Amino acid sequence: MKDIDKWNEAVDPDNLSDDENMILDAMGLNGSSRRKFLKQVSAASLSIYASSFFTSELFASTMKDLPEKTTALLNEVKVNLRVNDMVKPLTLDSRTSLLDALRERLGLTGTKKGCDHGQCGACTVIIEGKRNLSCLTLAATCEGKEITTVEGLAKNGEMHPMQQAFLKHDGFQCGYCTPGQICSSVALLEEAKNGEASYVTEDLKKIQSGLTLSEEEIRERMSGNICRCGAYNNIVQAFKEVHTGNDEMPTWEFATQEQMDKAKNA
Amino acid sequence: MRPFTYTSAKNKEQALQAFTATSHYLGGGTNLMDLMKENVERPDQLIDVTNLDYKKITSNENGGLTLGGMLSNSETANNKEVRTNYPLLSMAMLSAATAQIRNMASNGGNLLQRTRCPYFFEVSMPCNKREPGSGCGALNGMNALHAIFGYSDSCIATNPSDMCVALAAIGATVEVQKPDGTSRMIEFTDLHRLPGDQPEKDTTLMPGELITAIHLPKPEFSDHYYYLKIRERSSYAFALLSVAAGLQVESGVINKVGLAMGGVAHIPWKLTKAEEFLVGKKPNQSNFEAAAALEMKDAKPFEANKWKVDMGKNAIVRALTQAYERKV
Ligand SMILES: Cc1cc2nc3c(=O)[nH]c(=O)nc-3n(C[C@H](O)[C@H](O)[C@H](O)COP(=O)(O)OP(=O)(O)OC[C@H]3O[C@@H](n4cnc5c(N)ncnc54)[C@H](O)[C@@H]3O)c2cc1C
Ligand code: SF4
Ligand code: FES
Ligand code: FES
Repeated sequence: MKDIDKWNEAVDPDNLSDDENMILDAMGLNGSSRRKFLKQVSAASLSIYASSFFTSELFASTMKDLPEKTTALLNEVKVNLRVNDMVKPLTLDSRTSLLDALRERLGLTGTKKGCDHGQCGACTVIIEGKRNLSCLTLAATCEGKEITTVEGLAKNGEMHPMQQAFLKHDGFQCGYCTPGQICSSVALLEEAKNGEASYVTEDLKKIQSGLTLSEEEIRERMSGNICRCGAYNNIVQAFKEVHTGNDEMPTWEFATQEQMDKAKNA
Repeated sequence: MRPFTYTSAKNKEQALQAFTATSHYLGGGTNLMDLMKENVERPDQLIDVTNLDYKKITSNENGGLTLGGMLSNSETANNKEVRTNYPLLSMAMLSAATAQIRNMASNGGNLLQRTRCPYFFEVSMPCNKREPGSGCGALNGMNALHAIFGYSDSCIATNPSDMCVALAAIGATVEVQKPDGTSRMIEFTDLHRLPGDQPEKDTTLMPGELITAIHLPKPEFSDHYYYLKIRERSSYAFALLSVAAGLQVESGVINKVGLAMGGVAHIPWKLTKAEEFLVGKKPNQSNFEAAAALEMKDAKPFEANKWKVDMGKNAIVRALTQAYERKV
C-alpha cells in the first residue's frame, strides 16, 4: 500500500477511535471542519496532539517540590514565586534568573533556554499579563507577581485555544521555540484587544481597541520569537485562527500522487 | 556572573541611600543582566528601582508631557497622549527590540543602555570602554558598524538606542535625583558624551544619580514625522543607522525641524546644521538633499563603514520625505 493510502485510511473521519474523537471534540472540530482538518493534518500530528492532550492535566501540576539541596547560597534572597496559580517560597542565589528558577527549582521545564541573552524569545513567559523574557529577569524581582508559563495555559484538562491552533496548523517542527511562541501569542491577543501599536502600524495617532491584525502586523509583533526551524507561516496561521475566531485553512497540504511522481523524476 | 547583593528600593530615598561606588540601579535589566552574564559589568550590589513611583505620564508646565523614568518602554510608546502628540517618539520606541523587551525596558534604563560594540561584549578582546587603557579592538579591527562622527582614537562605538534618537530630534530635559536628595535637570543633548579619552563614561551623570523623569517640550511634530530604521533584518535588530525626522510646515514652508541620527556616533547625533538650513525653505527633494549633504560632508568613515555616508545621506532624504508626505 502507498504511504498516502495508508495515511488516508489512518485518518478516515468515520472510523476514528474514541480517543481520537475526543481529541477532535476538544479542538472544537465538528462535521465538515473536522473532515477538512483530517484531510490536511498528518497522522503524526494527531498523535503528538493526543499525547499532549492526555498530559495537559499533568502539565498544570508538574511544578515539583524539588528538595532544597544543601549547597552554599551566595547572597541568598527569599522570594515567593507565584506561578500558574500556585505559590512557592524559594531561597535563591541572588543571581538566579527567573528562567533558571522555573526550570531548576520548580521543575517547570516547559519554558526553554535558547540564548540566555534576550536574543531568541524561547524563554518568554507572561508576567502580570505581559510577555517578558525570563532569561533576563532576576527571580528576585518577581516577588508576588503573577507568572504564567506554558504549563499554566491549559485549564481543566483543556488546552488553551492557542495551543490547539498550534497543533492544528503544525506551528512547529522541533518544538523548542514553541512554548515561547505560544506564550507570546497569548499575550499578543490581549495587546491587539487593547489597541496597542507596532512599528508597522500605519497611523499611530489612530487609536482604537479590538484590532484585527494583518499578517504583516502579526509578523512584526511576533518577531521576538525566533524559530530556528522556520515554522513561521504556520505560526502566523495558528495565531490568526485564534485572533479572528475564523477557521483558517492550513497553509500546507499533502502533495498529490502526481506531484510526488513529478518530484521523484525531476 | 559575579556575586552581588540584591536590594529592592521602595522609594527614592532608599535607592539613593543604598547606592555605593560599586552598585548599579536595576531597571528592566535587559542591558545590565546581559552584560553581567558576560562579566562585562560587575556590580556588587543591584538596587532594583522598578518599584519606585515614577511610572506616570503627566502634563508639564511647557505644555508637553512628562514621562516617568521607571515606566516601561511599551507603556510609554502606547500611551494615548504620546501616540497623538509625539508619534515620532512612539514610532522610534516601537522599532526597538521586541514586544517582550519593550515590556521590560524602563525609560531611564533605555537612556542609559551602554554605548557599545561587539568588542565590548567579548572579554578576551581589548576595549577601552570595558577596561580603560587596554586599547580599542575595533579601531584597527572589524569596524563596519562603527561611528563616522565624533569618535576618538580611544573609542569608535555607537549608541544603540532608538528612543534616544527621537528624543534628540524632539528635544527633552532629563530629571535626575542626586545622592544628596536634591534633583537637577539635564538638557537631553548634554546627557550623552563623546568618548574623548574617557570612553568608559557614556554620559555626564555622576555616580548614584537616578533618572526619574523625561520632560518633553510642547508637541511640534505630531503631523509630519518619520522614524527610518535601516537594519540587517526587518525586525528584532539594532539599527545600522536610523533617522528621526519631524517637520512643521505652514503655507508650504518649513518653520520647525527636528532631525537626528542613530548608529553613527557615540551619542544620538543631532543634525543641527540640517535643521537650521531647512527652516524657512520649501519641503522638497532638492532642499532635503542639500540638508543631508551639509551634514554628511563632515563624516569621517573608516574603510569598512564608508557605506554609512551614502546610506546616511539617502536615509536623511527619505526620512524627511516620508515625514513630509505623511497624510495628516
Ligand atoms: C536582544 C536585544 C535587542 C535589542 N534591540 C534594541 C533595538 O533595536 N533598539 C534599541 O533602542 N534598544 C534595543 N535593545 C536595548 C534595550 O532597549 C535596552 O536594553 C533597554 O532599553 C534598557 O532598559 P532597562 O530598563 O532594561 O535597563 P537596565 O538594563 O536595567 O539598565 C541599563 C543601565 O541603566 C542603569 N539604570 C537603569 N534605570 C536607571 C535609572 N532610572 N536611573 C539611573 N540609572 C538607571 C542601570 O544601572 C544600567 O547601567 C535591545 C536589547 C536586547 C537584549
Ligand atoms: S569601539 Fe569602544 S566599545 Fe568598541 S572596542 Fe573600541 S573602545 Fe571598546
Ligand atoms: S533564552 Fe531568553 S531570549 Fe533566548
Ligand atoms: S520549531 Fe524548531 S525552533 Fe521553532
